Amino acid sequence: MKFTDIKSHLGKFRVGIAGAGGLGSNCAIALARCGVGTLVIADSDIVETQNLNRQYYFADQTGMLKTEALKENISRINTSVKVLIQNLKLNESNIPSVFEGCDVIVEAFDSNDMKKVLVETVQLQMPGIPVIIGSGLAGWGNNDTIRYRKIDDTLYVCGDESTTVSDELPPLAPRVGIVANMQANTVIEILMNKLTE
Amino acid sequence: MKIILNNRQEEFDASSITVSKMLELKKFTFRMRIIKINGVLIRKDKYDSTVINEGDNVQMLYLMSGG
Repeated sequence: MKFTDIKSHLGKFRVGIAGAGGLGSNCAIALARCGVGTLVIADSDIVETQNLNRQYYFADQTGMLKTEALKENISRINTSVKVLIQNLKLNESNIPSVFEGCDVIVEAFDSNDMKKVLVETVQLQMPGIPVIIGSGLAGWGNNDTIRYRKIDDTLYVCGDESTTVSDELPPLAPRVGIVANMQANTVIEILMNKLTE
Repeated sequence: MKIILNNRQEEFDASSITVSKMLELKKFTFRMRIIKINGVLIRKDKYDSTVINEGDNVQMLYLMSGG
């Protein structure tokens, strides 16, 4: 299939991005480049210098809300993507309304507590909507430990499922980017499969 | 009984066990996890009361911090 056909198909869909850090910003950029129609991006943080080792922001954007900065960066790549931003902290009660109408949701939080809240809320309150989890991306090297697993039609996990970030094992651009792009790749696969449904 | 745990067959010496018991028997101690039985997500507060039966498909994954 030609890219123009892929792009026009992907343009019909809406994807939710829960968190605009290392996973969310890189995943959103990849989806925007492919031509996903609408991205709903939720985060409450501002861009800080320490984020620039892995997150898709620029030094002159420090101090900006991540959602605003990411919307700006996406518009510099693909003006046809509609970016809806929500500057808030997601929780069990607002997740269903923030991501209402999304065809797929990308779990892109840093803390595993929030990962759990997002996965449980979508699985229990938004039945049928696939969630793509990022789990395990700390450190460097070990390409062969990063994997993709389909749990079922509504739950997918990308990452090594074993490493946790710490001072001695920080998140770095390559492994974070690999997992973020694996998540984006999974979103594209799910949306492309809707061609034959 | 035999069940499927993360796509592999597992055998337990009982006709059914609770989710909590399965975690104890398998020595799964890491607490940040998602468990689904036959496609249904089981919340942590239901681990003691939810029973796994013969032939059930149990999926478990760990949530690691970092993003």
